[in-house]
Amino acid sequence: MNSIAASEIKTLKVSIYRYDPLKKEKPYMQDFDIDIPAEKDLMVLDVLMLAKEEDPSISFRRSCREGVCGSDGLNINGKNGLGCITPLSDAVKSNKLAIRPLPGLPVIKDLTVDMKQFVDQYKKVKPYLITDKKVDTKQAIPQTIQEREKLDGLYECIMCGCCSTACPSFWWNPDKFLGPAALLQAYRFIADSRDTATDERLEQLEDAFSVFRCHGIMNCVSVCPKGLNPTKAIGEIKKMLVKRAL
Amino acid sequence: MAMNGKGTLLDASTLPVKEFDGIIVGGGGSGMMASLQLAKSGMTTAVVSKVFPTRSHTVSAQGGITCSIQSADPDDDWRWHMFDTVKGSDFIGDQDSIEYMCKEGPEAIFELENMGLPFSRTEEGKIYQRAFGGQSKDYGKGGQAERTCAAADRTGHALLHTLFQANVKAGTNFLSEWFAVDLVKNQSNQVVGVIAFEIETGEPYFLKSKATVLATGGAGRIYQTTSNALINTGDGTGMALRAGFPVQDMEMWQFHPTGIHGHGTLVTEGCRGEGGYLVNKDGERFMERYAPNYKDLASRDVVARSMFTEILEGRGCGPDADHVYLKLDHLGPEIVHKRLPGVTELSKRFAHVDPSEHPIPVVPTCHYAMGGIPTNVHGQVISQNPDGTDKIIDGLYAAGEAACVSVHGGNRLGGNSLLDLIVFGRSAGLHIEESFKSGIKMNDPSSDDINYALRNLNRVNVSQSGENFVKVKKDLQKTMQMNFGVFRTEELMVNGIKEVSDLREKSQNIHLADKSSQFNTARVEALELLNLIEVAEATAISANERKESRGAHSREDYPERDDDNWLKHSIYFSENKQVSKRDVNFRPKQVQAFQPIVRTY
Repeated sequence: MNSIAASEIKTLKVSIYRYDPLKKEKPYMQDFDIDIPAEKDLMVLDVLMLAKEEDPSISFRRSCREGVCGSDGLNINGKNGLGCITPLSDAVKSNKLAIRPLPGLPVIKDLTVDMKQFVDQYKKVKPYLITDKKVDTKQAIPQTIQEREKLDGLYECIMCGCCSTACPSFWWNPDKFLGPAALLQAYRFIADSRDTATDERLEQLEDAFSVFRCHGIMNCVSVCPKGLNPTKAIGEIKKMLVKRAL
Repeated sequence: MAMNGKGTLLDASTLPVKEFDGIIVGGGGSGMMASLQLAKSGMTTAVVSKVFPTRSHTVSAQGGITCSIQSADPDDDWRWHMFDTVKGSDFIGDQDSIEYMCKEGPEAIFELENMGLPFSRTEEGKIYQRAFGGQSKDYGKGGQAERTCAAADRTGHALLHTLFQANVKAGTNFLSEWFAVDLVKNQSNQVVGVIAFEIETGEPYFLKSKATVLATGGAGRIYQTTSNALINTGDGTGMALRAGFPVQDMEMWQFHPTGIHGHGTLVTEGCRGEGGYLVNKDGERFMERYAPNYKDLASRDVVARSMFTEILEGRGCGPDADHVYLKLDHLGPEIVHKRLPGVTELSKRFAHVDPSEHPIPVVPTCHYAMGGIPTNVHGQVISQNPDGTDKIIDGLYAAGEAACVSVHGGNRLGGNSLLDLIVFGRSAGLHIEESFKSGIKMNDPSSDDINYALRNLNRVNVSQSGENFVKVKKDLQKTMQMNFGVFRTEELMVNGIKEVSDLREKSQNIHLADKSSQFNTARVEALELLNLIEVAEATAISANERKESRGAHSREDYPERDDDNWLKHSIYFSENKQVSKRDVNFRPKQVQAFQPIVRTY
């Protein structure tokens, strides 16, 4: 940043959650003064990378830096989001930026959380097409434009974890409540005209916890960086379950 | 024996070993296609991926998979696709490989659809196909074809997630967030596995295997401006070069025409396939001058050069006249938002414009390595005997962008990378399965062999002082951008080669200050730099050696294609930094070879 004239930079107060499991210290917030170009609206990830240049020991995940790989789910000034597509103009309040790991999951180091619980729940919903339609490698299973449109808003999930880790029901029962991400995925296959395992899928979701711990708080909807609506998908599953029980 | 601050040397005698029948390094499209094949075979396998598989760069592919599945056009023919690909490659794509890819492609597409890939659909309920650059009907005589199968403009995401899901179903064993450092070779020059460590704990291992697949993707991060993910550091390519194996056609880097100005993130060629076009500052649709027939859907090298010519001649847009505009607003919000929702999102986010209302500022950005680790159609890695004949390396495979089976030659057509991934990921898996059935015999490596593969990890781990690897990386990206961009000259390249060589020296002396074991991403980045350096130097030296202009390699001092001397692959070895030539395959099995013609669009 030395080459930029003083008038063109501003200093941002950034506070980053630090935790090293091998050290005796408790987690703490470390403050950085980060110089950023005034005329450019950087993303939170850019700021994290600048901080890492000052202190290379900060641990966080990143890959695509364009909001499609789902690596950098973070808690940014109190709200879950992706670092790479959250502009400072949206995130920074009173020239302050606090970056913490996604809440509710065990922290491995600093901003890196253990996603195992999240992925386990995803795997439970059998997130793959099950079909008894005649499948051969000579043609596609037919699907109309209207049938395919039912998957819009469902298949785009990037598994960043922002939704499930913003959900109080998931915080309380991360092993029994599947969480919004896994349920969105469950409904993605229920809604797929090519999938013929709807009954089997619903049966698996029928207990008191898997789906019904969702109380429609809608934190998932407000944080989803892809603009998806897991609460709506969960509502559809609930309707089908109720109908099935009658 | 986690790596820690003590700076103790790792040694073969105490290094834990995990043994598999096959390992796949890389969890993107080609890696997961190979692993799916192997999971079905009952072999013990592991996918070693430095990121959780769905974070791989395949996820960023937007426009689609080009393949003649005869959905948009019932008369479409894989031979036409083959012709386009050969022509697109500027005639140094291997025709046996291209034939295999175009012919086997449809089966692989239907397999993916049957797995659940949510392709967009036509009125008849078939897979939707859109127009992409460089594609024609009837061997270039029948006009623009629509051959690219798409899931909106999120095809890579849909593909990667579908493959991950299929692997979950098949019970594939993932070593997720493990970093592979170097190949382990025995005394017979066979590859018998890799040195890798688990990033979460820092625990290093020798992952022993009878078959190792390098599916590590691209290395666009050798350049300053790139569409590539931050993780695209050419790890497999670096490992192969350090193990003494060659790379092929590394001078061939594709600059994608429509990177978002100031960021490098891509908007798909599908924008132009759906009817978008490029304009200069005068609002002129300038591609009509450069490619009167195909216009904005000429192949990528042609469009990228035309854009830079407009900019260099003073017809660029913006206050610095350093980009052009991609116009989509005439298509109307219905088409733009429905067919290109991802582009709309990226454009709003990074260019602050809604493409249904305003044009997107774009400039070519480094996108794809046509070159890589040479292989045959079975994914087996090939080296060269002293007499120039091919030599198969036992135990080593490569697939996807890391490989150079050479279906792309000097220039890749849009939509062919995803097809390459699935076709050759699968063929590598099939070949390993077959070889395994007929029995693979490998000699164990000696302690010295393993210790040799540990040398870089040890060097970084015990470093007490030295160069800042972030600075070396930035300097490398800068010199590559300056000296090996879209237009090249000997003067610049010689200067670039010297700078890269100096940076290599520095990279031998980098300092890892943080020696902690838990999720130490600084260690990963330091080791990635060693791979970037290998790829960059291979690119630099090969580029200066190829004294002609072909495909993406455009030289101002040698502006013509030279078929007499350079209708060849370049082959580069890191050990002696020498470039030799390898014959291009002109022996397809079912069609007559396509002979070089003047390439116009």
